Amino acid sequence: MAFLRGFGKYLPERVVTNAEMAAHLEVEADWIREMSGIEERRFAGDGESVAAMGAAAGLDALTRSGVGVGELGLILVSSGTAERRFPGPAAEIQHRLGAAQAIAMDVPMASAGALFALAQAERWAGRAGKVLVVASERMSDVAMTAPMEKGTAMLFGDGAGACVVDRDGGRARIVDFELGTDGSNASELRLEFGAPLHMNGRSVIMHASRKVPAAINAVLSRAGLAAADLRTILMHQANANLIAKIAQTLGVEAGKFYSNIARYGNTSSASMLIAARDWDEGFAPGDKVMFAAFGAGYQWGAMLVEGS
Amino acid sequence: MLNKINEIVAKVAGKPVNIATDESLFDSGLLDSFALTDLVTALEAEFKITVPDSDLNPRKFDTLDKIASYVENLQ
Repeated sequence: MAFLRGFGKYLPERVVTNAEMAAHLEVEADWIREMSGIEERRFAGDGESVAAMGAAAGLDALTRSGVGVGELGLILVSSGTAERRFPGPAAEIQHRLGAAQAIAMDVPMASAGALFALAQAERWAGRAGKVLVVASERMSDVAMTAPMEKGTAMLFGDGAGACVVDRDGGRARIVDFELGTDGSNASELRLEFGAPLHMNGRSVIMHASRKVPAAINAVLSRAGLAAADLRTILMHQANANLIAKIAQTLGVEAGKFYSNIARYGNTSSASMLIAARDWDEGFAPGDKVMFAAFGAGYQWGAMLVEGS
Repeated sequence: MLNKINEIVAKVAGKPVNIATDESLFDSGLLDSFALTDLVTALEAEFKITVPDSDLNPRKFDTLDKIASYVENLQ
């Protein structure tokens, strides 16, 4: 058994509006908003590395959870945009936080990485006690690398999210999760070393539109719940239109999904935990909240938590 | 078969299908990425088929001819 204690985030100060992005990409600003629901995003500066942003988000989560750095047994870090092959950002985040007693492991996954890291945290919490899950991305580095595909580049922003998972108690219990991987589509969404980001948007939308609702429904079915029973759904902020499509498939209003994509764009694996931090109204006992994500791999899943 | 698929595409697109059967439904502007999911769901319902995840490839549904061929093979 494991519990969520609190969320954290870090967003770079630099705001990149659709007007600025549109001028750079030679498209209309309104087109960006219509295609994605995004109005602005943040771009990291020189000192805002994946590890620096991740450590800041992690510290925010620890502070909001009332957990000291010295209490951590494990740090899990998801990122698809780590600056080097190895070591990944987890070790550097451990050092930046001063959590020398904690082991640190990378989850080198974009988009769905935070969800998979949360699932790992649930399994590790019994041994590690308190686990800090961090998701940090510098998507601007890859999305703005020439040659840019306009419909891809306009989506992304930078930032980090975090969550403290605790074996001994917290504000919401992890009830169940469903994860999936389909490696036959690994080439459809990929980032090669030294190459621009490649995304077959049609394929991504086609698979996400079916796989995410299926994962959510599988978890709901095992819990004897319906989508309408959920207080909210905190999903990877990929694209507002995709979220609306998934809501339609589930038979719920799009408003059931919390969304902050208009302000931050798609921050890949960081987005789900940034959304959780922004949504964080407090879990009332019995509140059911679903996390969900889809991304490169393809990898996807859903996780049900219940207010304690 | 083609006439029925034409009807389904028109319903999903919300406009008449006035393109050649080998012309791309996407490049012609009839369907966008989000409508593709609706199209597959509509095909499953109409022809009582199940499109497996392994066949969720936009290229299989790019033209009326390809859709007809795919559905025929699945039936």
